[in-house]
Amino acid sequence: MSADHAAAAAAFVADEPRTHWHDGALWFVRAKRDKAAQSLPEWELLRETASQIKGHTISQLADYLEQFERNAVRLGAQVHWARNAAEHNEIVLGILERHGVKRLVKSKSMLTEECHLNPFLEQHGIAVVDTDLGERIVQLAGEAPSHIVLPAIHKKKEDVGEIFHRHLHTAAGASDPKYLAEAARQHLREKFMEADAGLTGVNFAIAETGGFVVCTNEGNADLGVSLPKLHVASMGIEKLIPRAADLGVFLRLLARSATGQPITTYSSHFHGPRPGGELHIVLVDNGRSEILASDEFRRSLNCIRCGACMNTCPVYRRSGGHSYGTTVPGPIGSILAPARDAAAHGSLPFACSLCGSCTDVCPVKIDLHHQLLAWRKEIAHRGLLPRSKRWSMKLASLVLGNSRLYTLAGKLARAIVPRLPRFMIYNRLNAWGQKRELPVFPQQSFRELYRLSREQGNGEQVATDFTDAADERPKA
Amino acid sequence: MLRVGLFIPCYVDQLFPQVGMATVRLLERLGVEVDFPEAQTCCGQPMANTGCTDEARPLAVKFLQIFKDYEYVVCPSGSCAAMVRHHYAEYLAGQPGFEELRGKTYELCEFLTDVLKVDKLPGRFPYRVGLHQSCHGLRELRLGSSSEIVGPAFGKARQLLELIDGVELVPLERPDECCGFGGTFAVNEAAISAMMGQDRVRDHEQAGAEVLTANDMSCLMHLDGLIRREGKPIRVLHIAEILAGAET
Repeated sequence: MSADHAAAAAAFVADEPRTHWHDGALWFVRAKRDKAAQSLPEWELLRETASQIKGHTISQLADYLEQFERNAVRLGAQVHWARNAAEHNEIVLGILERHGVKRLVKSKSMLTEECHLNPFLEQHGIAVVDTDLGERIVQLAGEAPSHIVLPAIHKKKEDVGEIFHRHLHTAAGASDPKYLAEAARQHLREKFMEADAGLTGVNFAIAETGGFVVCTNEGNADLGVSLPKLHVASMGIEKLIPRAADLGVFLRLLARSATGQPITTYSSHFHGPRPGGELHIVLVDNGRSEILASDEFRRSLNCIRCGACMNTCPVYRRSGGHSYGTTVPGPIGSILAPARDAAAHGSLPFACSLCGSCTDVCPVKIDLHHQLLAWRKEIAHRGLLPRSKRWSMKLASLVLGNSRLYTLAGKLARAIVPRLPRFMIYNRLNAWGQKRELPVFPQQSFRELYRLSREQGNGEQVATDFTDAADERPKA
Repeated sequence: MLRVGLFIPCYVDQLFPQVGMATVRLLERLGVEVDFPEAQTCCGQPMANTGCTDEARPLAVKFLQIFKDYEYVVCPSGSCAAMVRHHYAEYLAGQPGFEELRGKTYELCEFLTDVLKVDKLPGRFPYRVGLHQSCHGLRELRLGSSSEIVGPAFGKARQLLELIDGVELVPLERPDECCGFGGTFAVNEAAISAMMGQDRVRDHEQAGAEVLTANDMSCLMHLDGLIRREGKPIRVLHIAEILAGAET
């Protein structure tokens, strides 16, 4: 396992005030989501409907993709198929080079992050500007987004002020959000004016019409593709829905789940190129077919990238998106990343307390925490568990599988541990004891007390006595 | 008289015998015949949650043999009961007695509310109580409504605590956030786990809780470990201890 979430998370948590700030910022979004969801009595029906529409689409994905292609072409778009990230990047580069594009503006697209399109294009002499404010902040900082909806959620306004001062020459020490947003607006406007082409992601592509929808709050997708003549739209093949009528279900769920808004400020519909322009749609697989082939993990393709599982995840909120070392972090990212490379991302399904909050918050009802558990099994079966985990579980199974051995082990522990000097219990080897006391070991196990109480035929008395004794447990 | 096979989690057996005894006392007071089959050890959840299904399987098989003939199986832990009800199919699907076992295995509080239909409990517990809703009980067994789901609010543990004279349940800022125990997660991700727990304790503290309780002793073991390390004046009790009439 190369990327270890626990180590990166421990580094993040070391700055406790900042971690609490991060947790609080995301909890605020989660609370807004709760309010928005509660405002719709039919919320659970919407989730179920969305889940079924996605499940149905995924089950006939090939047919729907071809239907979408036919209809998109009929509308005048050009459709490209990319098996993987490299093919996607080559296709996009080819289109841009044919048009002599030197400057590209992008609205938010996690897919192009997944494909590492920006550095690839920059190597080929094309300047790429992310126009989503959050994405522009992390782009200027030379970082990856730490959240799929709130890419710069890990940055405080003072951090943003510092980055803008360095790159956009705002006043030193200025951190007023209004001032900084205005500076970004002026800066981006210039970039929009200069752009030779615009690239967008796709939130929903509609098979029966060949059109697609891009959801933003800043209107940057519209600006980016309305000025230049060339529009490239990159989409994962799982973004399809069958009918235009299905769109309402998803638009009602997406923004409420993501940020607690009833709908994103802009839901931009694209049906073919605008007059005199060109529209290219790049359909990207990049491992999705393999997930589709898996009975266990297929449902993860339902994801509409709302980010609600991140906002609600108590681990994500306290470890930050970068601790996952993947394009999509958090619960859904911890399911998608091992599908790509289980050895590299093997620690992610364990970066989870299995609390199940992600499953309950997910607008398309992905059973996220069960999928994370399924990944743990997959990782163990592929022999990718660290040796310490493997052997401790073998030993535990051996002891717990035999009630005599189990009773003996318990007895020994209860006899020995309380007699050990503190330094032998609380040291670097004891991860439990870094911040926590061990339980106060009782003299007798439940089964011993229970047997005694049955022998005396007086469970009440023994039990009461014990409760009193337990109350006088020494405090550490 | 109902005959119940008592399923005591391994760590409760070894480390928190008072919780097991309180469970026995509570059930017997409610007129239930309790039997503790001594062959039981562990349900296998630690192995299963680490992905080690080969290590978990023999424990599931053993569990079925031990408990299959009881009328009901009752456990003072939502997490361990959820293991049997929602995660044993992988090991036991199709085996004789498994479907029945699944249907008759209950977490203690839901056994009281759903089977015994308890609507009064004796005893007095005059304290401000913070109820921690353990995740597996909440989101796997649905012992209460979770804050993510839109629907009517309910809570089986709360419903029972409210029957006890003197109990004052304190309002939390985050009513069902995970405490960060998470089994092996507590040591694999010790730093995050500890902070999650500290944050929970702080929430109970700001709400003015004198006693912190839950359906699961595992969460409480973790929270109590943090509370004692930091010397905070909060006492931790399993819900069975309060319902059985802990005199303090």
